Amino acid sequence: MTGKLLALIAKLLSGASVRWIDCQPDTRQRVYFANHTSHLDALVLWSSLPTEVRKLTRPVAAKDYWEKGRLRRYLAGCFNALLIDRKEIKVHQSPVDLMLREIGDKYSLIVFPEGGRNTGPTLAEFKSGLYYLCKKSPNLEAVPVHMDNVNRVLPRGEFLPVPLLSCITFGKPISLNKGEPKVEFLRRAREAVLQLRET
Amino acid sequence: MALNDPVLWIFVGSVLGILTIITVIGQMLKRKSEAGLNPAMVGSFNRRVRAWWLLCMLLAAALFQPAWVTVTIFGLLSFWALREFITLTPTRMGDHRALFWVFVFFTPAQYVLVGLSVGSDVDYYPLYSIMIPMYGFLFVPARVAFSGDPKRFLERTAKIQSGLVVCIYCLSFAPALLDLQIKDFHGESWTKNSLLLFYLVFMVQVGDALQYAWGKLMGRRVIAPQISPNKTWEGFLGGVGSTTLIGAALWWATPFNPWQAACMSLVVAVLGFAGVMCMSAVKRDRGVKDYGTLVEGHSGVLDRIDSLCFAAPVFYHLTKYFFTGEPPA
Repeated sequence: MTGKLLALIAKLLSGASVRWIDCQPDTRQRVYFANHTSHLDALVLWSSLPTEVRKLTRPVAAKDYWEKGRLRRYLAGCFNALLIDRKEIKVHQSPVDLMLREIGDKYSLIVFPEGGRNTGPTLAEFKSGLYYLCKKSPNLEAVPVHMDNVNRVLPRGEFLPVPLLSCITFGKPISLNKGEPKVEFLRRAREAVLQLRET
Repeated sequence: MALNDPVLWIFVGSVLGILTIITVIGQMLKRKSEAGLNPAMVGSFNRRVRAWWLLCMLLAAALFQPAWVTVTIFGLLSFWALREFITLTPTRMGDHRALFWVFVFFTPAQYVLVGLSVGSDVDYYPLYSIMIPMYGFLFVPARVAFSGDPKRFLERTAKIQSGLVVCIYCLSFAPALLDLQIKDFHGESWTKNSLLLFYLVFMVQVGDALQYAWGKLMGRRVIAPQISPNKTWEGFLGGVGSTTLIGAALWWATPFNPWQAACMSLVVAVLGFAGVMCMSAVKRDRGVKDYGTLVEGHSGVLDRIDSLCFAAPVFYHLTKYFFTGEPPA
């Protein structure tokens, strides 16, 4: 199964309609950050990108989930996932460094800064990874993405998807200001995702 | 169906003519809207007209294609409408498995049964006419109860049941028309079933359009302002009246005689209107105007077929009661 077929299936299943607000699809290096409510999020967001962009974009996903079983491992390979170990974070091998090394100067990333899937109605506080990504690689453009209704397609703890309709909204890119404190940047990034929910 | 049947070609010609007139009216209203008419409403009317062209073309094709293709098209429409319906209605985690079976089992099963009946001598009517209202009705609350979330239980199951019945069960009776062994008003066998399906869908659309037009021209007394401010008694009565006349005038394309065709069109127009009102009520309750705007970029299927969902099962059964056995006295 090729990535294209997988993307098509994901699109049909999630019925995703895609909106770009104050932002255009581009092959430049970006980090897409989104709210996280379902295991399908990475796959659905990745499939909602245009083919050219998709080829150059790698979703960051949890190693413990996507390496369990042959099918998941195979699927993760198809959508070119960058698997990160959430359990064993080594000091000399921080996930951010690993991500930056993997993407080089070519690939874009999809990250879910809430850390885990969120079941509540509100957005959880963002983890600091997004901040370090932007700090260590200043030419990365950070694009906020809001994913609506994907959690109803495949809620937490379920493995049977229900083909409802979802909506993916890409918003205006933000960048790390010079000397901006971590807390302030993460708050701004979280605001950007929240704002897309209202539009 | 025989391509050399003149009735067929005259009917298709009439449909094209009427659709063209409606399109022209829509374009005129669009121009006029710059001078005061609500442009959003005119826009939604024109989108509706575009969808009718599409649907009529599909149905015109249905006159020539194998029946299972028509059944499949309606099946996909149903599936998409249910998707929109459930997306719009809030459900809880506990409903997930019930929803899964609704989409994966009941939706395809209904259309497979209709399709199997249409394509052969076997008639699965006894099963597909009760599968959703009986088995589906009982299954949904049972599955929801097993997942152990009692919050607003009755309300949640009712939502899933309504979606299933309106979007899947009711609509499936439109293609099921292809399966009827019809006897016309003389009591002679009448086999142009796909033309009757076309007639039903077309009359529903004409009813929608005329109701809108009458409402625009003379609408004063709003029926239920909280549900839809543009549905008026004048629009309803004028629309139903004129649809009845047009339906009667097209009697030669049906197994009915003129007054029977008038009664059928009357029923279709009233039910179509009822369907639009009900779906408007659901949308109002959820605070959206169109199922289409719910998710931008999708042209709401349910917005287009709500009237057909209500008219199809009744039209089917009236035809079955009165036109498959002895002619009514």
